[in-house]
This record gives sequence, C-alpha cells and structure tokens, in this order.
Amino acid sequence: MAIRAYLLFCIILFSSYYTTFALYEDQVGLMDWHQQYIGKVKKAVFQTQKVGRKRVVVSTEENAISALDLRHGEIFWRQMLGVNDAIDEIDIAMGKYVVTLSSGGSVLRAWNLPDGQMVWESFLFGSKPSRSLLLTPTNFGADKDNVILVYGNGYLHAVSSIDGDILWKKGLAQSGIDIQHLVHPEESDTIYALGIRDTSQFEAYAISVRNGELLKHSSMELPGGFSGDLSLPTSDKAVVLDSSGSILVSISFVGGEIKFQKVQISGLLQGYSGAAELLPSKLAGMVAVKIDRSLLFVKVKDEGTLEVVDTVPHVEAVSDSLSFAEGQTAFGLIRQDGGKLQHTVKSSNDWKSHFLKESVEVDQQRGLVHKVFMNNYVRTDRTYGFRALIVMEDHSLLLLQQGAVVWNREDALASIIDVTTSELPVQKDGVSVAKVELNLFEWLKGHLLKLKATLMLATPDDVAAVQRIRLQSAEKSKMTRDHNGFRKLLIVLTRAGKLFALHTGDGRIVWSRLLNAFRKSETCENPRGLKLHQWQVPHHHALNENPSVLVVGTCGHNSDASGILSFVDAYKGEELNYLAPVHSIKQVIPLPFTDSTEQRLHLIVDAEGYSHLYPRTPEALDIFQKELGNIYWYSVDINNNLLKGHVVKKNCKDEIADGYCFESSDLWSVIFPSDSEKIIATSTRKLSEVVHTQAKVNTDQDVLYKYISKNLLFLATVTPKAISDIGSVTPEDSWLFVYLVDTITGRVLHRMSHHGCQGPVHAVSSENWIVYHYFNLRAHRYEMSVVEIYDQSRADNKDVLKLVLGKHNLSAPVSSYSRPEVVTKSQSYFFTHSVKTVAVTSTAKGITSKQLLIGTIGDQVLALDKRFLDPRRTVNPTQAEKEEGIIPLTDTLPIMPQAYVTHALKVEGLRSIITTPAKLESTTLVFAYGVDLFFTRLAPSKTYDSLTDDFNYALLLLTIIALVIAIFVTWIWSERKDLQEKWR
Amino acid sequence: MAVMHKSMTILLSLIPLLVLCSLLPSALAIASGSTDGYTINGRVKIPGFSLKGSGLAAKSSNVKVTLNSGQRVTFLRPDGYFSFHDVPAGTHLIEVSAIGYFFSPVRVDVSARNPGKVQAALTENRRSLSELVLEPLRDEQYYEMREPFSVMSLVKSPMGLMVGFMLVVMFLMPKLVENMDPEEIRKAQEEMRSQGVPGLSCLLPGAQRSN
Repeated sequence: MAIRAYLLFCIILFSSYYTTFALYEDQVGLMDWHQQYIGKVKKAVFQTQKVGRKRVVVSTEENAISALDLRHGEIFWRQMLGVNDAIDEIDIAMGKYVVTLSSGGSVLRAWNLPDGQMVWESFLFGSKPSRSLLLTPTNFGADKDNVILVYGNGYLHAVSSIDGDILWKKGLAQSGIDIQHLVHPEESDTIYALGIRDTSQFEAYAISVRNGELLKHSSMELPGGFSGDLSLPTSDKAVVLDSSGSILVSISFVGGEIKFQKVQISGLLQGYSGAAELLPSKLAGMVAVKIDRSLLFVKVKDEGTLEVVDTVPHVEAVSDSLSFAEGQTAFGLIRQDGGKLQHTVKSSNDWKSHFLKESVEVDQQRGLVHKVFMNNYVRTDRTYGFRALIVMEDHSLLLLQQGAVVWNREDALASIIDVTTSELPVQKDGVSVAKVELNLFEWLKGHLLKLKATLMLATPDDVAAVQRIRLQSAEKSKMTRDHNGFRKLLIVLTRAGKLFALHTGDGRIVWSRLLNAFRKSETCENPRGLKLHQWQVPHHHALNENPSVLVVGTCGHNSDASGILSFVDAYKGEELNYLAPVHSIKQVIPLPFTDSTEQRLHLIVDAEGYSHLYPRTPEALDIFQKELGNIYWYSVDINNNLLKGHVVKKNCKDEIADGYCFESSDLWSVIFPSDSEKIIATSTRKLSEVVHTQAKVNTDQDVLYKYISKNLLFLATVTPKAISDIGSVTPEDSWLFVYLVDTITGRVLHRMSHHGCQGPVHAVSSENWIVYHYFNLRAHRYEMSVVEIYDQSRADNKDVLKLVLGKHNLSAPVSSYSRPEVVTKSQSYFFTHSVKTVAVTSTAKGITSKQLLIGTIGDQVLALDKRFLDPRRTVNPTQAEKEEGIIPLTDTLPIMPQAYVTHALKVEGLRSIITTPAKLESTTLVFAYGVDLFFTRLAPSKTYDSLTDDFNYALLLLTIIALVIAIFVTWIWSERKDLQEKWR
Repeated sequence: MAVMHKSMTILLSLIPLLVLCSLLPSALAIASGSTDGYTINGRVKIPGFSLKGSGLAAKSSNVKVTLNSGQRVTFLRPDGYFSFHDVPAGTHLIEVSAIGYFFSPVRVDVSARNPGKVQAALTENRRSLSELVLEPLRDEQYYEMREPFSVMSLVKSPMGLMVGFMLVVMFLMPKLVENMDPEEIRKAQEEMRSQGVPGLSCLLPGAQRSN
C-alpha cells in the first residue's frame, strides 16, 4: 500500500509536466524496432540487363510495388497503393519505368525504376468490368517503341510510355466476350486481341498499332464449347481445353483464318484419368497440362498438331519462358519432395537437354512452392547461369542461385491477423542463456565512454562505440524473463496460416511454424485464421508447463463453414494438437476459469447457437457445470441490426452431441429499425484491464465513483444514408447515434446523438470512459468525443459520518440486475487526421495515467494524453483545477510532432495497435502492425519507477568518489585545525 | 489549379462502342452511369523542396494524397501535381501525408450545377483556396533536440546538487562558525561532549530502537 501511495505521489509530481513523450534522435532503436515487408508476391519482373545494381520489381497481394536488391533481398524502394487499388499487372517499359495496371484495369501508373518516384498516371475509363491485360512491346521499330497496350474495362488503350497520354482507344466490349490475350507478332504493326465469347466462340481481332483501327475480326465456334483459359504457345497458335475437359483444342489463326484441331488427352497419354487443367505459364512453343500432380508437356507443331514431349511427376511450379541470347528460350520447373526442392531449367527447343539441374534443401516450415520466376545472368566464363525467385506457401520469398538459397524474406509478416503475447521462460540457475554475458569491467567501460560523451570529451569513434553498445545490448535480446517485464514473445498469426514468435527486444523471429491445421486439404478448402487466444498461461503451481496458445480458424468464407482449432506451444512452436474440421465457429468466449494445469476454459459458439466447451476434459466440465446458468454472452448481428444477450442453459440433447455441448437461450434483444439506423461499430473494455481506483476526487474535494463494469458495450449506429463514404451524403440526412449497453441485462444506459455526423467510427473503451472518432459533416472535420460514466448510487458515500458508522454501500456486491444510476459526462473536440485505428495504453496495476494511441492516415502512431480528452476541461479552469492538471479547453486536440511514437518512421498499411503491460508499472509495450511492424515501449507518465537507460552510472560513481575524497580532505583539515587549536 | 471538368472523353468514347454493339442498351446504361464523374486536379507544393532538384525526387516519392480517408490513394508526379478521376459530385476531403510536414486536410466541393468552379478550403484554419495548391502548415520535428552540454545542466543534476551542497557546507559553514561568539562555541562543544558523540550506529533507525 505504501508503494502505491508513493507511486500515486510520483504520478502527481510528474503529471505537472506538460510534455508527454519525446525521444532524442540518438535514442532511435534503443527500445523500438521497425521491420519492413511487402507481402506475398504476385508478379515479378527482373531488371538485370544494365550494369549497376541488379534488382527485381515485384507486385504483391498487399498492393505494394517494390524493387528488391537481388544480392541481399533488401527493399530499394516500395510504394503502397490504396486498399481498393489491387495491382493486376506489372511490367518494365523503356528499361527505365515500372508500369503497373491496377484497380481492375483502370489506373495505369509509371514509376521511375531507380527510386520509385511516380512519373505519370493515366486513368482508363471503360464501361464494364473485364480482364486486365498489359502489353509492353519492345520491337515495334524505332518510332513506336514507347507504346503500352492496355486492355481493361472492355477497352483497348494505347498509351504513350513517355508521358502516359492515351494515343487511341478501342472498345472491345461485346456482350459475353472475354478477351484473354494481347499478342504482338514480332516486327509487325498489328496486334491481336484473342478471346472467347459465350464459352464457345473463339474471337480474334487484328488491330493496327498506329491508330487503333480494327483491321480484321474473325471468329469461329466450337460445338460443345471451351472450358478454362486460352494458353498461347506461339504468337499465332492457342491451345484450350474443351468443355468436357478431356480434349485439347489447338487453334491457329494465321492471317485471320481460324483452324481447330482436337486431340484427346487419353490419346496423348496412356492410362490417363482424372481432371486436366491447363497451366497459365507462358512457355515457348509448348503448353503444360496438369493431371493430378503430374505435368504433361505438349509441344505445338507448326501445322497446329500436338505432340507429347514428356510427363514429369510432382511438379509444383513452372516459370514462364525466358528468352536469352541467340534466340534461345528456357523455362524452369520446380519439383518438390518434402523439404527438398529440385530446380530444373529446360530448353524449350530441345527437351532432352537441360541447362541446369540442382537441388536445394529448404525449411520444411515453408510448405509448398507456389510460384517461380526465372532470370538468367552471364557467368564470368561467358556461360549462362540461372536464378529463380520462388514464392512459397507461407508467403516467403526465396532466391535460388547456384544451388543455394541466397536470401529469403519472411513476407507472411505483412499480413498479420491477430497478435497475442507470451512470457519468456524463467531464468534458471547455472544456465547462461545470453550469448554474451557482459562482465563488470566492460560494463564500467561502457559507462565511462558515456560519461565522456556527456562531458563532450568523446571522439567521434567513442560516440559510435557508445551508440553501438546501446543498440546491441545483450540484455534486451535475452531469452529469459526480466524483472521489468520488457522481454516477451509476440505470437503473431498470419494470413498464410503461419505462426511466428517475435522477440520484443530486437524483433527477431524466435520460431515460426506453418500450422498443419491451416494447410489446404480436401476437407478444408479455404483455411484462414481468425483469432489467437492465450490457452494456457502457467504460473504458481503449473510453472513447469510451457504456455500455449489457441489458434482459431475457419475453413470457408461462410459463417457456417467448419472450424479449425489448433494448440501451439509458445516456447517451442510445436503444434501440440489440432482439431479440424470441427463445428462452425461464430464466437470464442474465454471464460474466467482455469483448470488445474492453468488451461483457460473457452466457450465456442457455433452458427446454430450451440456452445461447445474446451478443453474437453471431465475436470473442465466439472468447473463449468458449477457455473452453469451464470454464463452470459452477447452477440452483435450487423447484417440484421440486432444485439442479443444469451445465457448458457443446459446440456444439448444427447442425440445432437456429446456432454461438452450446451444450449443457450436468448435473454434479451435490442433491434435497431433498419430504415433509420445501421450498426457500424462496437467496442468493449479489454478483459485483462486492471483498474486501480474506483474513486475520482474532484478539485472541490468531491468524490466521483467511476462506473466500472466489464459488461459495458459501446455501440454506434448511423442513419442508412450516412453509411456510404464521405462526400456522398448531406449533413441533414446524417445522424450518428451512440449507445452504452449493459450486456447482461440489455439495458441501454446512455444514448446520445450527433446530428450531421457520419462514420467510420473508431472507438476505444477503458475504465469508465469511451473515446470515439467520427466525421462531422457540418464542420467537415473529424471529431473525437469522450464519454465518462459515473456511478450515482455510490455518490452519497461522501458523508464521512456514514462511512464511520458503516452505513455505506461500498462493500455491497455489484450486480447487473440492480438498476444502475449512472451519470455521463461528455465532450467533443476536433481532430485533424483521418484515423485507421485507436488503442489505449495499459499498465500492470492501472495506476499510470493513460494515453490514446491513434493510428493516423499517414501510417503514424500518435500518443495523446487522456487528459486532453477530459469532459471536465473548461475554457478558463480555476486555480485548483489547474493544479489538478486540467488543461484549458481548446476546440482542437493538439498534435505535437514529438508525440508520434513512431517518430520519423511509418508503419505502412497500418491495421492495428496492440498494447500490453510490462511488469514495471510505468511502462507499457506497444506493437503496431500493418505491412510493416513497429514495436516500442512507452511510459505515459515518464518512467517514475526506474532509472532510464540514459542514467549515467559512471557519473554517479565519480560523484561518490569525489564525495569520499572530500570527506577525507575535510577530516584531515579538521584534525589539523584541532591540533592547532590545542597548541594555541 | 483545381479544374473540375466533366469527362467528355467518355461520351466520345461511347460512339465507337455504339457502332460496335448497337444491340446492347444495357452496356450503354452502365457507361452513362460512369459519366457523372469529375476530375480533381491539384498540386502539392513543399517549400525548399523544388530548389534542391535531385533531392525533390527522393523525398516527394514519399508523399501520398488520400481522398475521403482512404477511399482512394494517389501519388505525386515529379512536378508535384496529382489528380483524382471519376469523383462523384459532393463535398470531399483530401489529405496529404508526408513525413516531416504537417498538412491541413482540404475540403473540396465538387458541384454538379456549375462544373469548373473551384471550392476548396483548409479545414484547420477555414482558409479558402482559390486554387488547389496544398502547402504544409508547418514542419514537423519528431525528435527532441539534445541540449548541448553546459555546466548548469551538470550542476542541476542530483549529483551536482549533492556536490554543491557539500561545497557549501565545507566553505561556508566554517565562515559561519568563525563569526560566532567563542563562548557560545565552547558551550555547544561541551554540550556535545556531555551527550556523547553520535556514532554511525545511532543514525540507523533500527539501531536507535534497540537503544
């Protein structure tokens, strides 16, 4: 208690400081780390012809375009397009621009290859969605070299690659037509647009490159129709499967004449059975047909006849053809057997020979090969070497060269779904876990160097040494728990179904695992992760157990798709057990009970409304049965505008399921009329949040009691018109309503309306307050509002006499059934930026004041003191209020550049911010993720309970030595003086 | 610089489409639906940027322009111009995000009645813009400046204060003692002797209790 009082005192002492958070430039990287990723690669184009730095330009599923260094895999530059601006095609034009086609073929941009600066941008309007195709021909002849041909939204455009001007456009938007290829035969002035119409008609348009004139249009119908896409082995021949999937049709369209030739696959391959699939890889003079797991390579001869070249089993990926010197073409194929990759580069002309055959071991945790891109280089002895860029199942990117993996990038980390934390193992005696234990001498040396730096005596070498010591402190990356609780594991679940554990000290990957439960199988077509829960957090009696996490996922996109549950050891990353497929998963409710091994009980609600208890042990069932009828949960149905409360009632009927299944009944429901309101956001307090005190003392010695309930739900609705984007609704039609609902009884505690406001609403709740961010259409600015809730029923406890006589109700149990008398206080402020996400700091004991962490549209994270969002702020606070730390009211929340916790960095594609308390009360750990990752630790009221890293021990030591010397000197002096006195 | 013009190109481009497939009224309906888009053109001007020449390209590649809180994102051309195409009529919000600069969001009115009319205003200070040229309101400095070493900072630190106090005791106290009456000193010394010199053990609270 004394410590708490002391801490409170310290907070009051420090809260008088105005500055919230600030970092010196040389402190960057001391307690934060930043990692950049790009996401799963969709397309890759190599740029290696020119001398200088070799690079590969990639487009990814996170809508990033990036140039990577081929030697180390580092990012040269990266541009993130908008969320709705998916990249369709990418290419290099004129050897100096990267051209990207995005947004379904309607935006064409050119980027400067060396530095990623956008050079021009062109909007291609069209009438109806279609495939997007990009063609950057290189040999039109000197004057036409700079034309880019784009097909998108039903139109063919010719765009100048110098400035992005549209030279001509041509509509090819007949109904039912699906243009699949743009072909430019060598050295000609015409291009061909090939497609299929109504699944049975092959169409070929010959178009002049000069002016877009339609030179010839020919079409021919195949009775029975086609299935799948056209494959184009040469510029005047196409191959496609017919609708039965068992006949290959080779189409030649020389001079506008179309000829079909049909070949039965069973005629090509003996003993063929099963479904055939034409691979989209562009191979010169060949097509690849996938049957089961084997690839059938079929050569297309000049007359259009087909001939089987070879059948290769277990092929995972085939690259496009690559043409290099003297008109030679080659392509690469990857065969995989567990962790062993076999990379073969074949010549398209001569099947027998191959340029390269090498095998490489890769980590089993990378899964299967998904894509391969080929590139060649000239060795010193003038022969050709090949390198392959491989995209794996876990979204990682590998570069294979000379039989070895030159570099790899863990790009799964660009698509994090959920994060949880885990403690590290406790340090055991006699086991040195740190790689380098610092001895005392070195420690002192470091501090002496620091002292020199403070006293401005240090040479630049010394300064560099100091910085190096600070950054590479072995202390922060140890694999054991520390006293302050700064070192933890961040367990992250990615869209690839891979689980990573990152060390908070330096951000390195401690372990990673591609979960078996999340791999594609026949029973589970589209596995995807949903949530991470702490399954087992051992302390006290179960310390020998390793902590574990529960990974929850689903097999499909519907709500009734079967679910996946996987249990993973948090220290080793081993998948302990998995259940898949199980019942559908609608909601996972962690219960406040644990069993004897500290496994937390979870209730999983399926789409039918049955709830299932986990872990499935008799012990857990025992614990649960005792609490049956006491377990409430709520559900928000956004589609039907429904808020419902449920209670777990009894076991399911025997014929349905086992003893771990329970039925629940509806307790209450709140229905919002769909013609006037639409639910857009909800927010609740974090379950693990700790509140230090319920009372809040005012300046006039008045006590306010915070209404602290774990069952408080914040809900925001808007009028149906206001649901669309900004700019499409007038202030008159737009209302924003906010509700505070008790989720046990369904009682609406408070309702407020904002006229002329609309979403998106980002809300965060903590203790007894809720802060939400929305758009005010009248002022045309963003606003943030705070609502604080106080418990009125306890307000009369202020009477000291009553307290003495024991007539207070402070110790009365809080029940949701008693009607709470609450008062709310609210205030609104303008906020400059759009917001992507809002979070709040959380500390171990809840004593430290709070900061809001606001992820802005510029992908930065701003820390804003809660004191700025205090409903008691007035324009002219009294002296007493000022002393309490109430800031004079302003209409806008201040944005101080020093308050950006990400300082000069950006967390590109920011999606969410996670805070977790350290053991040290003053400190909270912050992890922000999007395409980039950023971690830091924050002290919202400064580190009042520990010395900062900057603390200079050497200076302290020096002072002590100086004092000791001084004591001796004065002692000697006084002795002498005494002696003189005596002689006198 | 903000020019909002009805994209006539779409109407023109409809003509070949009509020729090509005159039997398809449905395609026409969709096409005419997309013609009520307007174009917003603007320019971002960062002072001191353009003067450096090569430095411009390196930095302005990190500038993003966002329409309606992320509905659309575009980038700057080397000359600082940007544009949003096919924007419906209404009041929109444009935000510029550039590391190191603070830009005010801009309210842009795209009106259906009088195309070509510019209506733009900074939302931070309600200043209306005659042309859509966006300039940063201020630079942002993300780091605290380290103050250069000074004797005062050392003196003000807790250790400095300790040393200072000691010095005061060392040099000023004897002076004070000197000024005192010798009689009084003797008296005080005698008093001290009678009480006994307080040892170190007496200073400790635990030891005191045991006495």
